[in-house]
Amino acid sequence: MTNESNIAAKAMPPVPPLRYSTVALLVGLAALVVASFATLRLDWQPFFTREALASMSEFIHGFAPPEMAPRFLRKVGVATMETLSMSGLGTIIAAALGTALALPASGRFGKALRLPTRMLLNFLRSIPELVWASVLVIAAGLGPFPGTLALAAHTTGVLGRLFADALENVPPLAESTLRTNGARPLAVFLYGTLPQTAPQMMSYTLYRWENNIRAAAILGVVGAGGLGQMLKYFLSLFQMQQAATVIMAMLLLVALVDGISFWLRRVMMD
Amino acid sequence: MRQQNAQIVRDPAWRRRIVGTLIGLLLLWPMLVASEFKPWILFDEQSLNATAHFLADFLAPAHSLDFLRLVAVNTWQTVAMATAAMTLAIAGAIPMTLLINERLSLSRIGTGRMAFIPAAVRQLVRWLLVVLRSVPELVWGLLLVRIAGPGPTAGVFAIALTYCGMLGKVYAEILDSSDHFATRALIVNGSGRLNAFLYGAMPEAAAELVSYTIYRWECAIRGSIVLGFVGAGGLGQRMDESLKNLVGGEVCTMLIVFVLLVAAADGVSKMLRERLA
Repeated sequence: MTNESNIAAKAMPPVPPLRYSTVALLVGLAALVVASFATLRLDWQPFFTREALASMSEFIHGFAPPEMAPRFLRKVGVATMETLSMSGLGTIIAAALGTALALPASGRFGKALRLPTRMLLNFLRSIPELVWASVLVIAAGLGPFPGTLALAAHTTGVLGRLFADALENVPPLAESTLRTNGARPLAVFLYGTLPQTAPQMMSYTLYRWENNIRAAAILGVVGAGGLGQMLKYFLSLFQMQQAATVIMAMLLLVALVDGISFWLRRVMMD
Repeated sequence: MRQQNAQIVRDPAWRRRIVGTLIGLLLLWPMLVASEFKPWILFDEQSLNATAHFLADFLAPAHSLDFLRLVAVNTWQTVAMATAAMTLAIAGAIPMTLLINERLSLSRIGTGRMAFIPAAVRQLVRWLLVVLRSVPELVWGLLLVRIAGPGPTAGVFAIALTYCGMLGKVYAEILDSSDHFATRALIVNGSGRLNAFLYGAMPEAAAELVSYTIYRWECAIRGSIVLGFVGAGGLGQRMDESLKNLVGGEVCTMLIVFVLLVAAADGVSKMLRERLA
């Protein structure tokens, strides 16, 4: 018997050594979780008592049936177009500004400009669209316009950084060939560098557009137009059936975009 | 001779480029109209006044001791909301991932086809995950604030619901794309499902699973700030209040804290993921 267990023990690989830093990390993580729950004092009551379940089901029943009057549907359609336009315009502006900022950020106008531009891009990127929108609503008033600007601001940060990385990683041979043959810098960039990075930049832009449609759908919550603004309005009036239609429009829009991008990617892969 | 040269130099794709530009402009016009794109309203007197007022205040970050203490409390609340929500999301996602994992199906052994009920259960859980993740967390937040009232509870559950859907889907994808030889060998030889999962699939997929979870935690921190704007507590709610009262200095301080917090979460998540690699 002991012999057998010896063989089993020999056949097994040695137990990997436990690092103290790993133990410390795990303990720290557990402490973080415990502290989070302890300080938040979450209120489970509204979700898990019997009356709560009753009132919740009443709340959910309020959504059915969704408002389907043609006049209302037309209004939702207009808001959907508004959302799509916001996302499209925001992405186009961001792609243009991102390209403009990517040039100094990739070190093309000297090393001195590279770091400050990158810091600017980081700043633009680390503030979410919704926060940008609620700041810009002050300057531009309520409506889809501040939403468009907010999407543009955040996306400029994201795209600028991605474009700058793409420009830095481009193989330099084409560029240096044109340069040594006496082409002007602008021509070198347009005919040597851009054709190599354009497909990548295009795919980043499309990917961000997809993201921005989702973001545009909810930006209205802070008053920046589109479907979100309708949703906030109807929810604050407790008109649940109208709110249900708006939510369905949001889900449809997102599903549609998902489907199109999935299909586009498949077509482009083939 | 000269003319011939000039013809060769002309851009061969000029017709396509011009047509493309025209179509682009035609598409752009209705978008500009629909999104009420009027940059000049930024420069009319009223909004310039409001902006100037706000900016003048904005450039002097609020730094009274009381306010800083408030910001510190709310920053912790934001981190705690993200962490608690992630814990709940993981707790929900793991059982669902196990449920939809087809490699752990017993009825598939031998025949290669799943029985009707297990297949139906898997499909139902998959749909549930789709519903959970396709409602944006902000919309969950808006709805839950109506049920639970303003405060961190609504925010935590909103993030937990959306992220449960995302984690469940991505966990399932990671497990599907890992090598399934070990799991299969264990299942076919009569091991329990949980054991087959723990000793067959986990050793290979664990690093990637944990890495993705950490990345999501980082996203949850950003998400919990945004949720504050619909009244779900934390830094976002304070920022919303200061913005509504047009107190620029407070907004400035909170934006700085916010950028630092996101950078810190980014750093921690990168450090942890590099340890796993």
